[in-house]
Amino acid sequence: MATTRQAEASHPFRAPVIFAILVLLFVLEGTTSNALFTGSWNTSLAILNMGLISAVMALGLNMQWGYAGLFNSGVVGFIAIGGLAPVLISVAPVDGGWGAGGPRVMLALIVGLGTLALTALTWSRAPRNWRVPAILAVLIAGFFVYRWLFDHAVVAIEANQAAQYGNLGGLGLPVLLSWPVGALFAAAAAWGVGKVALGLRSDYLAIATLGIGEIIVAVLKNEEWLARGVKNVTGIPRPVPYEINLQQDPDFVQRAANWGMNSAELSGIWVKLCYAGLFGAVLILLIVLAELSLKSPWGRMMRAIRDNETAAEAMGKDVTGRHLQIFVIGSAVIGLAGAMMITHDGLMAPTQYNPLRYTFLIWVMVIVGGSGNNWGAALGGVLIWFLWIKAESWGPQLIGLLTSPLPAGAIKTHLLESAPHMRFIAMGTTLLLVLRFAPRGLVPEK
Amino acid sequence: MEILNAIVVFLNFVFIPAAAYGAQLALGALGVTLIYGILRFSNFAHGDTMAFGTAITILLTWGLQTIGISLGPLPTALLALPFAIALCAVALLATDRAVYRFYRRKKSDPIILVMASVGVMFVMNGVTRLLIGVDEIRFDDGARFVIDVRSFREWSGLSEGLALRSTQVITLVVAVLVVWALFWFLNKTRSGKAMRAYSDNEDLALLSGIDPERVVRLTWIIAAGLATIAGTMYGLDKAFKPFNYFQLLLPIFAAAIVGGLGSPVGAIAGGFIVAFSEVAVTYPWKRVAEYLGFDTGSAMLQLLSTEYKFAVSFVILIIVLLFRPTGLFRGKSV
Repeated sequence: MATTRQAEASHPFRAPVIFAILVLLFVLEGTTSNALFTGSWNTSLAILNMGLISAVMALGLNMQWGYAGLFNSGVVGFIAIGGLAPVLISVAPVDGGWGAGGPRVMLALIVGLGTLALTALTWSRAPRNWRVPAILAVLIAGFFVYRWLFDHAVVAIEANQAAQYGNLGGLGLPVLLSWPVGALFAAAAAWGVGKVALGLRSDYLAIATLGIGEIIVAVLKNEEWLARGVKNVTGIPRPVPYEINLQQDPDFVQRAANWGMNSAELSGIWVKLCYAGLFGAVLILLIVLAELSLKSPWGRMMRAIRDNETAAEAMGKDVTGRHLQIFVIGSAVIGLAGAMMITHDGLMAPTQYNPLRYTFLIWVMVIVGGSGNNWGAALGGVLIWFLWIKAESWGPQLIGLLTSPLPAGAIKTHLLESAPHMRFIAMGTTLLLVLRFAPRGLVPEK
Repeated sequence: MEILNAIVVFLNFVFIPAAAYGAQLALGALGVTLIYGILRFSNFAHGDTMAFGTAITILLTWGLQTIGISLGPLPTALLALPFAIALCAVALLATDRAVYRFYRRKKSDPIILVMASVGVMFVMNGVTRLLIGVDEIRFDDGARFVIDVRSFREWSGLSEGLALRSTQVITLVVAVLVVWALFWFLNKTRSGKAMRAYSDNEDLALLSGIDPERVVRLTWIIAAGLATIAGTMYGLDKAFKPFNYFQLLLPIFAAAIVGGLGSPVGAIAGGFIVAFSEVAVTYPWKRVAEYLGFDTGSAMLQLLSTEYKFAVSFVILIIVLLFRPTGLFRGKSV
């Protein structure tokens, strides 16, 4: 790794030039209508908003990979668990949901976690010969108590207004509060995985996070008492105004008329601009914090550990401890982005969590943008997101153009139908090319 | 009688399915562990390689079916399999030439190779989607059962039936043959010994005149064979769906780590450990318990619902990482 990082200095204008290209792409998307762009500001801003959220995700992953060289292949899980927070914090409480079995579920979860803690304690305290029987006894007893508490509570909660709710419901608090809570959820999950898998060989973390990612998504899909599972939670409150309210506001309609736009279009743009402002503010704040911490003694230590673990350890640095710290912080940022995404969508649909889209695409963003450089990761996030969305329409057009000389037939139909799959090949090829020919990314680390 | 019924239920719902699944995982884990032993990285593209190989098998099977060739009671896919392995091996050798060789020459960190394998995974996933789409495909033909429920009941006079599907028998027979051939190759042939020497100590192997590129090429060819066979067996036994193959990555890695990365015997043991635990934990034991004379009331005696079967691999993985990070058979930990 060290060989690829201390390479020649890159041009100082690289980041501004890429930023300018990005701005140009979004302006073109908003203004020109042709085969490549839609010419709608609504579309352009929608891509930008998700792009900003992707940039936050890439920033979190970059902390883990770029600062510490940790391979997290469970990004989708940390996004998903962060996205649980808006549902639990800001959705209105369900009538009778908590009364039906809330305290009992909480008790069951405490018993479950307590069992694990007690197991760990037994392992360290029990005399050597008694260890295995003792922890087995603790685990089995704990499991039965847990299931006895949990199963009855779940049945009661899911029976409560099953068609419409059937879940615990939220606390009805402001949705912005759920963002830091989402970060906390993800941090807790990361601590658990990191505690076990860090300090061993580097790809064990990759495999363990792959597992935790799939498990978190499975929990969200199946635990209906928690967030309705695959029945989805809709109507998550917004931190910004609703289009329909704007359209009914006479002042707003007047302003739209003054600018020569219809109020439906302007309201959409206005709402998206509000979101863009919020997401942009979070992104800038995180980048500034990350840059400051990288320049601090702590940041220097992190880079020292990354570049030569053995030497850093010899200097008395706690390598595994620092790794755990950065892994938790990075996952918290990813969880925050997950909460932002669910707030933006207004919908929590666990079936959307596909690892290719939510884990490995984020990886492409970081590698392409420039691992180790916060600005690079953020720019990579927005750029790759833009290309990923546009590839959906560009791919079929390209295939259509290429196959136009072919006579109509089975092969042509097959090619046209499978054109949307081309973007997976395109992303994989991009990742491989960047990794090989520009391993430091578009905006390399200084 | 009751105890015989309990045994039949156990065989039918736990032992036979878990044995077939374990054989499939073992074949997959052997591929992962071989690549790990020789090339020294965890290949994230292995699940998609399995999907890719199976997709080719299916396309060839369809081709054979349209020209009217079949194997009678056996699935036509078995006839297509050798050709699919050859094509898959060509694809992997081309990938190695285009992607991995560069990092190998540069002696990059293993984690960079893992990253490259993620890129390969994307491309292979896209190619598989392009070839065959994302829908579920069943491609087993020929006889469905070796023993079916009704004739077993009539023959034994028991109230429980036993079904033994031909795909399960084929999976086990093929797995035994493949494992036997692989171990014969690794232990008896010059090339196999060269591979083991290279895996044990790269520098020493180079000094004794082993051509590393040849060892690597052999590894990819064997890995292609193992992945295609594992994928085809899984597809015949259950159904082919590309996304399921990606999800198999976790149990396969768990199996390889449980056995000890780089250890072929360990990979086989790990495959069966993971498969039997997964099936045993997600199976509702109510009927077995009732035949044994326990009254279970309304309890299904199911420890985990089937949706959480991945949690089982994960927990096994965590336990091994906590207590024996090098695996049961002392694999590599570098």
